[in-house]
Amino acid sequence: MKSLAELQAIREKMQNKVVLREGSGDIRVVVGMATCGIAAGARPVLNTVVEEVSKAGLSDKVTVTQTGCIGICQFEPVVEIFEAGKSKVTYVKMTPEKAKEVVQRHLKGGAPITDYVIKDI
Amino acid sequence: MIRAQVLICGGTGCTSSGSPKLIAEFEQQIEKNGLQDEVKIVRTGCFGLCAFGPVVIVYPDGTFYSRVELKDVKEIVEEHLLKGRVVERLVYNDVAADAVVENGNVSLNDTVFYAKQKRVALRNCGVINPESIDEYIAMDGYAALGKALTEMTPEEVIKTVMDSGLRGRGGGGFPTGLKWSFTAKNQADQKYVVCNADEGDPGAFMDRSVLEGDPHAIVEAMAICGYATGASEGYVYVRAEYPIAVARLQKAIDDARAYGLLGDDIFGTGFKFDLFIRLGAGAFVCGEETALMTSIEGNRGEPRPRPPYPAVKGLFGKPTTENNVETFANIPQIILKGASFFNSMGTERSKGTKVFALGGKINHTGLVEIPMGTTLREIVEDIGGGIPNGKKFKAAQSGGPSGGCIPASLLDIEIDYDNLIAQGAMMGSGGLIVMDEDTCMVDIAKFFLEFTVDESCGKCTPCRIGTKRLYEILDKITNGNGTLEDLDEMEALCKYIKENSLCGLGQTAPNPVLSTYRFFKDEYIAHVVEKRCPAGVCKKLLSITIDPEKCKGCTACARVCPVGAISGSVKQPHVIDQSKCIKCGACLEKCRFGAISKR
Repeated sequence: MKSLAELQAIREKMQNKVVLREGSGDIRVVVGMATCGIAAGARPVLNTVVEEVSKAGLSDKVTVTQTGCIGICQFEPVVEIFEAGKSKVTYVKMTPEKAKEVVQRHLKGGAPITDYVIKDI
Repeated sequence: MIRAQVLICGGTGCTSSGSPKLIAEFEQQIEKNGLQDEVKIVRTGCFGLCAFGPVVIVYPDGTFYSRVELKDVKEIVEEHLLKGRVVERLVYNDVAADAVVENGNVSLNDTVFYAKQKRVALRNCGVINPESIDEYIAMDGYAALGKALTEMTPEEVIKTVMDSGLRGRGGGGFPTGLKWSFTAKNQADQKYVVCNADEGDPGAFMDRSVLEGDPHAIVEAMAICGYATGASEGYVYVRAEYPIAVARLQKAIDDARAYGLLGDDIFGTGFKFDLFIRLGAGAFVCGEETALMTSIEGNRGEPRPRPPYPAVKGLFGKPTTENNVETFANIPQIILKGASFFNSMGTERSKGTKVFALGGKINHTGLVEIPMGTTLREIVEDIGGGIPNGKKFKAAQSGGPSGGCIPASLLDIEIDYDNLIAQGAMMGSGGLIVMDEDTCMVDIAKFFLEFTVDESCGKCTPCRIGTKRLYEILDKITNGNGTLEDLDEMEALCKYIKENSLCGLGQTAPNPVLSTYRFFKDEYIAHVVEKRCPAGVCKKLLSITIDPEKCKGCTACARVCPVGAISGSVKQPHVIDQSKCIKCGACLEKCRFGAISKR
């Protein structure tokens, strides 16, 4: 190790990997991963969210977790976004492509994508 | 891309309760479910809650599973990792009253055990993989060394440590910064840094857990100490009985060397420092600094008189700084965050936090780190979860065989160096053994003394012969042959040993006797005058009897007695032949009518 810059580089590279354990995140993204969700394709959605959050450099702000069945099985895969001080946003019938958009526009841009949000049932 | 991490404790406690097999099973189940690219398994150091091991934590939600068995793994993987449903029956559920529990998910910091703790020395234990230097760096590791080398002069480093108020965590409580400044002042062609990891108190395992859970912190701190004091070589003296700690520390040293964080020209500043491990063979006296250095030099571990102090003439006759593992573990954060970060915690004269190994009659056996000034009551009743089986707290023994006991009347004592000394106990390295009403204080004193008799190196007479004679007096008392004169003689001998022994081992050896005698004199008197052991421990003073009124003559006791001391015919009251009885208590447990009692 010849310089502080080298140390800093390792630190930054690794930080995304351990930040998971800090679990701080102001924003919580919860993906429904019950049998219904998995059958409807929630796994690739979840993985896309995790990947995109990391790529967007949001790992220290956003915590991605799973949850069980929330009871709207016909709308799976479901992704819900909880943010302190704001009301919950529920995205339905998600796909990896839509998930990418949500990360970009909602998590990063701050604007929920109303088209994907659940309508009155 | 990893979306979840499973942290499994790989400390000594959980390793012996089966965590290596758990890790293998997790790997298998995760693969079976095709999650290997999404879920990562991390083997960490000690989480502290050893009584509930093996401990498994799933992140990012931070779900805390305790006492996980092999058969539970499949369920955790299929339910939690795949479907996101927490396996509630395995979740550790002793939750702090004010905690928010979200869909059955209990997070680590919400448990009573962790809520009152403040983790500085243990900050990475149970958080990072101790065998990964990269993870340590991610948690600001080696940034303190970088800061010291590039932005601070050695004098500034020492001043920061001094201002932080850090005192030696090995038990003595000597100000660390002052110790460093002594070595720094002495000119020599070679100086050394020594880390004392010869943790020998019965029931103490703080240092082991730091070495197992965060070995790089010690490597980094010793390099900082080397820079501050002008030393270019360091030795870690660690017990050979700590195989996991030794292996992880060696890996940490090797990795640090490979990264150039040890060796020549660290961070391009021209500063050079290297580190070596020396294994101790388990002699208690080698925890004493001069004996430890004698042992590193390759000689028989015996202490020598001080002065000269190690700062003048230490290892190989050169100026040496010696600190304990926990002391070093605090250093990187003091340098990184400044003296005020550390001295804002604690009491007037004892700053920062202290790690305790909780053991004995307590629900949460394990490792806790609390700010100085926390009361003993908070440690025992809140963090420790109280005494098992609804028994009453009698005393806590702190400082192991060199320390003393704190009785129930002092439960609200604020733990710091000076308060403990004032009560005849001492901080010691941090072993805290909790005793309930079934503990005989004379017997406890005898237990610790037996330990020091065994461990006395034999170099000086007061310790070698004195502790032996003291032990004999205690033995006489617990056998019911003691007299009041023996008690006077015992006290005088204690004083003599304390004043005349060569090193800390002998000087502190009588403490358990003196302190139990101070707070539980009535128990000593009961043994001597009434020939009675109030706690019902000392076998020679016990008699087990059957109440003929209550005995139904079921013969259960006679059948269970291993020495055939109980006789009587069916449906007739039984009697115990006291000359045959070995006081094992087997009949006592067997009797369904409460007819048998011991006094």
